[in-house]
Amino acid sequence: MKILITNGRVLDPAHGIDEKFDVLIEDNRIAQVGTDIQTADAEKIDAAGCLVVPGLIDIHVHLRDPGFEYKEDIESGTRAAAAGGFTAVACMPNTSPVNDNKATTQYILHKAAQAGHAKVYPVGAITKGLKGESLAELGDMKQAGCVAVTDDGHPVSHGEIMRRALEYARSFDLPIVSHSEDLSLVGDGVMNDGFVATELGLRGIPWVAEVSAVARDVMLAEYTNARLHVAHVSTRGAVEIIRAAKARGARVTAETAPHYFTLTEDAVRGYDTHAKMNPPLRTSDDLEAIREGLADGTLSVIATDHAPHHPDEKNVEFNLALNGIIGLETALPLTLRLVEEGALSLSDAIACLTSGPAAALSLPGGTLEVGRPADVTIIDPEIKWTLDPQAGQSRSRNTPFGDWKLKGRAICTIVDGRITYRLSD
Amino acid sequence: MAFNHKHILGIEQMSAEDITLILDTAESFKDVSLRSIKKVPTLRGKTVINVFFEASTRTRTSFEIAGKRLSADTVNISASTSAVVKGETLEDTAKNLEAMKPDIIVMRHSCSGAPHYLAERCDFSVINAGDGAHEHPSQALLDLLTIRQKKGHIEGLTVAIIGDITHSRVARSNVYALNKLGAEVRLCGPGTMLPPGIERLGAQVFDRIDDAVSGADVVMMLRIQQERQGKTMLPSLREYSMFYGLTPDRMKLAKPDAIVMHPGPMNRGVEISSAVADGPQNVILDQVENGVAVRMALLYLVSGGEKLEDSAQ
Ligand SMILES: [Zn+2]
Ligand SMILES: [Zn+2]
Repeated sequence: MKILITNGRVLDPAHGIDEKFDVLIEDNRIAQVGTDIQTADAEKIDAAGCLVVPGLIDIHVHLRDPGFEYKEDIESGTRAAAAGGFTAVACMPNTSPVNDNKATTQYILHKAAQAGHAKVYPVGAITKGLKGESLAELGDMKQAGCVAVTDDGHPVSHGEIMRRALEYARSFDLPIVSHSEDLSLVGDGVMNDGFVATELGLRGIPWVAEVSAVARDVMLAEYTNARLHVAHVSTRGAVEIIRAAKARGARVTAETAPHYFTLTEDAVRGYDTHAKMNPPLRTSDDLEAIREGLADGTLSVIATDHAPHHPDEKNVEFNLALNGIIGLETALPLTLRLVEEGALSLSDAIACLTSGPAAALSLPGGTLEVGRPADVTIIDPEIKWTLDPQAGQSRSRNTPFGDWKLKGRAICTIVDGRITYRLSD
Repeated sequence: MAFNHKHILGIEQMSAEDITLILDTAESFKDVSLRSIKKVPTLRGKTVINVFFEASTRTRTSFEIAGKRLSADTVNISASTSAVVKGETLEDTAKNLEAMKPDIIVMRHSCSGAPHYLAERCDFSVINAGDGAHEHPSQALLDLLTIRQKKGHIEGLTVAIIGDITHSRVARSNVYALNKLGAEVRLCGPGTMLPPGIERLGAQVFDRIDDAVSGADVVMMLRIQQERQGKTMLPSLREYSMFYGLTPDRMKLAKPDAIVMHPGPMNRGVEISSAVADGPQNVILDQVENGVAVRMALLYLVSGGEKLEDSAQ
């Protein structure tokens, strides 16, 4: 089977390509990228006015499967991914059972192969049961298909365990993804600590809870010469620490999520539980620093931290609501919004969704190089639409962007040469 | 002037005119409490439900008496609000309350924003009787009524509020209310009890009580809630009383005719010494008395005000 994508603006930041090219897909691989490709028997997709980019990769997704399928499962989660233009996602291990063993990893891979809307890369737990006490079988999980390990949702509070995890993972060239948070400083906080929390009478989480933990984790990565990927950076302080560590040559990468460069703590006003997340939405100064961090490459990854929850878990008092929002179907337009506002070049924006995440976790993909698996996303950057949470592909609807006017979205998602999503109009 | 608020969620949403109207209305209801038959037919046929998810005998009793003096049918519901206790959600509570067809719900809840949640989803009027560490509007209004009675005016006064500002809904509501009526507000407490940016609500922040009290017209002490302090807010109550307790000596720094307020219940010997609590400058029982009048005014105004004539027929 062949697909010929014609007339599109091909943007492959990994190779500095930004030109009007055709792309030929043959036998599930990128066969040719160039002008005037002639072929008789290919399905043709006219991409005039569109961007043709490497398949988008989201390395921070909660698929909730196994264990919390009422929020999301691998099928619905990958369908949402495809609809958002993602051809691959990495899924976090805080499932039930926890993905801290080969059997659970295999279950995820097996179910993902059946669902097939997007590639799924399991991320294993650092410690057994995410308890922070003893190391999980990192080597075995890597062999079973895990691409990284994390105790996401729970920081590894004990310094020595984090140190040993980094040393051990280094032997397997396995990146450690840190959910960096000092829980003793988080206390019973439910939003960012600052004026808005004071005004609303809600307990605050100070920025230093994130920054001090990022500092420890980054220093430990330098000390052990291991790979560290910092998840969901939300503060100026964390951006500055990561920037300095990278300048010193530390093997550190970092991500942020669209909500951290789009929303501030002001979104909590009115006690909107759709604005309750961890780390919490911060100030406009932090938002500015996140944008700068993306622009200068300190933050090389935009990931969604897609965290589906049932309406019953959000339709409660703010204090009692669960943390997190869905993000797979809004990440691309919110990132393009950043380009529109001049905070990021289009090429850098696409890099943060493709080559950046691929590099952070050493994933295949993230480029349109000839011979690579044909993971391709076609984006109409001009299309205007209004987000209707009820119309989403995710099983959950917990988004603060409902009714937002957005611009740009994926119109076609191709995984291994197979179309997994097509926007019908 | 018309009162066009369906709900009383906080002082933040009110204008100076709203506040003055409430105080004036309360003033006119004060007489009712002085009569031998303390009842007017104003809210006859109306149902007021007091839903208290958090214990508060004073505020609940005050609202209950207010409702009864206006001839409303008042019902009290207490409910447990522990975050860990799985049970009826606030949404279910709201639906159940709605099914009882109340006209007004008076709600106290330990979560900030809970009354707003109810107001967004239900048809009845909601009066916030204290939500988490957010607002306690009826308390601030009764404080203002007391100050106005004692001082004749509010504008230009200096009011020092001392204690645990972080956890105090009384402080937040009072800062808004006093600001709107032109008073100068000073806040004082140890660093652990002063939340970030509190000065942006419209107050000067003081570390030392002596500075905060100096030249003040009103000194308002907050209750130190021992159950909320945990291990990290204060080394000891002994030390707190040494550095932040209101003593007769400290009161000498205030204006000679300054008044002392407390939302109650007091911890004698902690935030306030008995000599001050029982001294001539205290207006604490006036506050309690004004509480009923203010709550009568709130019930009356949210139920439409002008229906006074109908119900009197
Ligand atoms: Zn996390
Ligand atoms: Zn996460």
